[in-house]
Amino acid sequence: MSATPLLSLSGISKKFDSGTQAIGRLDLDVADGEFVSLVGPSGCGKSTALRIVAGLLKPDSGTVAFPGDKPELGFVFQEPTLMPWASALGNVRLPLDLEHMNRGEANDRAARALARVGLGGFEKAFPRELSGGMKMRVSIARALAAEPKLLLMDEPFAALDELTRQALNDDLLKLWAEDALTVIFVTHSVYESTYLSSRVVVMTPRPGRVAADLALSPPPQRDETYRLTAEFTRDAGRVSAALKQAMAA
Amino acid sequence: MNAWAKYVVPVLVGVSAIAFWEWRVHALGISPLVLAAPSDIWRAFFENFDTLMGALWFTVKITVEAFVLATVGGVALAVLFSQSRIVEYALYPFAVVLQVTPVVAISPLLLIWLGYDHVGAVLVTLAWIISFFTVLSNTVTGLRSADHNLLDLMKLYGASRWQVMWRLQLPSALPYLLAGMKICGGLALIGAVTAEFVAGSGTDLGLGWIITLANRNLDTAEEFAALALLSILGVTILFAMTALEWALLHRWHDSAVKKQG
Repeated sequence: MSATPLLSLSGISKKFDSGTQAIGRLDLDVADGEFVSLVGPSGCGKSTALRIVAGLLKPDSGTVAFPGDKPELGFVFQEPTLMPWASALGNVRLPLDLEHMNRGEANDRAARALARVGLGGFEKAFPRELSGGMKMRVSIARALAAEPKLLLMDEPFAALDELTRQALNDDLLKLWAEDALTVIFVTHSVYESTYLSSRVVVMTPRPGRVAADLALSPPPQRDETYRLTAEFTRDAGRVSAALKQAMAA
Repeated sequence: MNAWAKYVVPVLVGVSAIAFWEWRVHALGISPLVLAAPSDIWRAFFENFDTLMGALWFTVKITVEAFVLATVGGVALAVLFSQSRIVEYALYPFAVVLQVTPVVAISPLLLIWLGYDHVGAVLVTLAWIISFFTVLSNTVTGLRSADHNLLDLMKLYGASRWQVMWRLQLPSALPYLLAGMKICGGLALIGAVTAEFVAGSGTDLGLGWIITLANRNLDTAEEFAALALLSILGVTILFAMTALEWALLHRWHDSAVKKQG
């Protein structure tokens, strides 16, 4: 990559207290505005890598660098991870409350974030009153409310049904384009990564390393029909083949 | 099952039991020294109305003071433990020791230390020791039960310890705390009464001491009247705690949410 990367991981390794070597030696640069999927078998350290990027885990060796200004981060977990005692609005407001933004402005921003994920009118709903997909939308709205530059997503849609997942895929792409986000998206779905990403990084089984780094060129505007095109099939085939090779290695 | 059955059936059972009781006492000619008939208890209640109400008020005061101290102290200590493992290691075993020691055995010492002039303080202390541990242990568990991902998220957004405590750990602990408070309320009452059995009540008069005196005087009817007041007090505490629990949790916590469909 020619321009200065937004994020640069070099020589990252991580061993857990249990002795499991989660990440071998991970080198990865992510450019501003990319949508990168991390794909790999279960337990290959992709989630661990994401947590290291977020600063939630310290690597045993290697460095996490943001060569430019450190971007505002957003994190979306596999579970919606909402506070059950707070309304949708209260949940989305969390990052704003933590930085002591005044209540009125925080409410406005949180309401806007909810509207952007299609949950306008659900401000007062409690998490238990929402479906799985809606909860995940609240979780995404919470990440958006903090106006992140780099959005880290750890298998966010893995627990959702297929239709909900596809709808959220499209919404996510829209948000990515509108906000000029950079996204690192962990998934074990070949199809999801192919549909979403401008770049797919395939990781080896534990200890995780980069096995293949594939540039994809999906059309900027895509919808369900894209899944039926020859380009999509070809790209999915490339990801799938790289994954197979990584597993065998 | 009809909704009204939930209320009508227990009332019927209670009324029948009292009627049977009244009938058997008269039919068998049981001495009122052994078992007073409900009608005698009713009469004793009004004959001693002022004394009983004064004693009730005294017992309520001791119970509420012990309950409030136990709740505030239990939560404060639990928060302290959650902030420092060292403090927890240093103090928790002794909280357990205090809990498992039969409180009755401490009362003579407390009487010496706090003085026979401050029997009220001895009673509150005893009731507090009996009741505070459930709040402490429940709150400790509750504070630990906070969602780890939410903890991570707060860390990501640079939350302070205070923010994590106030916005995440305390709300997470609330259902546990309320369950602890429910038990604590009952224990505080048990503590207030048993403490009085052992330590007396000084110049004041609580229901525990009324029962002791009535028993010595072989005034079984008054003893039962005081007992009935204790039952009513216990049930009131339980209802109050259940109402508080519902008010705070019904919108979000599974334990208080009516099952749908």
